[in-house]
Amino acid sequence: MNETPLLPIFSEGSDPGPSFLNLLRRVAPDSLQMPQAIPGQALPFELAHGTTVLAIRCEGGVVMAGDRRATSGNSIANRRIEKLFAADEYSGVAIAGTAGLAIEMVRLFQVQLEHYEKIEGAALSLEGKANQLSQMVRANLPAAMQGLVVVPLFAGFDKRRDRGRVFSYDAVGGKYEEADFSANGSGAVHARNWIKAAWSEGISADDAISISIRSLFAAADEDTATGGPDLVRGIYPLVAVINSEGFKFLDEADVAARSQLLLDGPERGGSA
Amino acid sequence: MSMPFYVSPEQVMKDRADYARKGIARGRSLVALECAEGIVMVAQNQSRTLYKISEVYDRIAFAGVGKYNEFQMLKIGGVRLADMKGFQYSREDVTANSLANAYAQTLGQVFTNEMKPYEVEILVAQVGATQEEPNELFHILYDGTLMDESDYTVLGGDAERIGDALEGTFRPGLSLAEAIQIGAKSLADEGATLGADQLEVAALERGRPRRAFRRVTGDELLGILS
Repeated sequence: MNETPLLPIFSEGSDPGPSFLNLLRRVAPDSLQMPQAIPGQALPFELAHGTTVLAIRCEGGVVMAGDRRATSGNSIANRRIEKLFAADEYSGVAIAGTAGLAIEMVRLFQVQLEHYEKIEGAALSLEGKANQLSQMVRANLPAAMQGLVVVPLFAGFDKRRDRGRVFSYDAVGGKYEEADFSANGSGAVHARNWIKAAWSEGISADDAISISIRSLFAAADEDTATGGPDLVRGIYPLVAVINSEGFKFLDEADVAARSQLLLDGPERGGSA
Repeated sequence: MSMPFYVSPEQVMKDRADYARKGIARGRSLVALECAEGIVMVAQNQSRTLYKISEVYDRIAFAGVGKYNEFQMLKIGGVRLADMKGFQYSREDVTANSLANAYAQTLGQVFTNEMKPYEVEILVAQVGATQEEPNELFHILYDGTLMDESDYTVLGGDAERIGDALEGTFRPGLSLAEAIQIGAKSLADEGATLGADQLEVAALERGRPRRAFRRVTGDELLGILS
């Protein structure tokens, strides 16, 4: 390696290319080090877990949303955790699982995408971004075996195909493209059922937003680890729309107003 | 046994500097100007794909003139350094100042130790986050000489003539479009004009969310230049 002070310049053969991950492996492997687990032994402490997140394909793009609760065993670890992030200008990533590892994975994923774009002068294709995330989830497999699972949900606007796309993952990094929608985390079953009942081809982004808020409420209603809208403290789900204009979070006031509608909706009754 | 001829260090350095300057003078020049919205960079460049100006970080851009493969390598080194620093510390800790110093170190090192110096001149520009925070323009020469400039700066072999042209036309508070017009005019030879297809234009705009860098191309550039 051609050691020049400060500026990382590599000779041919050892060049990490446009991958930030490869660069870190070469220059600062310590920052990627995973905790070494002892096989067959449960962790002696509880860690914060993120819960329900979802993505719904709609006309011209995708809507993504996530509740705001993190749990640690049967206590609430955080009331306003953010589990939905812009991955780059045209895609978003939402996480469920061990919060500490997941948030770090997202941070790395964001830099990885932007780094590629700056080095190559062009952004990765949506498929390429989804594959990159897959590799990161797979790299987490040793921790996952220990129970520290991170399962992201990835969605974005595919500029080449001119439509939104949704990808889900499993703990070994398996990547599965979902036709219409997906949900992840402990309340996912309830959220998914709710979406399934309401979804139809070509629904508007506005309808998809309403469905996402309702389905997160449904999940919170049945799953203790999922947080519902907190009217007392003013904590509402994070919702974002991704379309040809890019990734955009909904204003908190907008989500608050839409959540207020639940007060007069069918959710008011229906207690089992 | 043959003895190498003695060459004085002064002569070695002078030869290297001449070599680098000649290489740089073969390429086309580039100007960067401060404007109301931030910083504008205008380069004479026919290519639509091989850029002289690039984004490095949220509010930082890189521009180079001279030998393409050499300043391209420096650009990539800068992006790597910035992204690593931002990841390991925080996005706010990435500054043009430390990047410019890294570039100066690297270029100085190469100038004295390597077989041949880099035939490049580079710019590291950073737009202030607010109107009050000053912009920064770091101009770095092939031998690692680092200059902190303000208002405008010129890179390339034709710097003196272009600098003279800008001195008469530049004023603080120009709009983005005016700065591009003035920059394009200063790059053109006496009596000639440069069209949109001969220019590469990019800006660091303070008002953009997070990533301040954008290219000014297509109809927008045509409109500004007409």
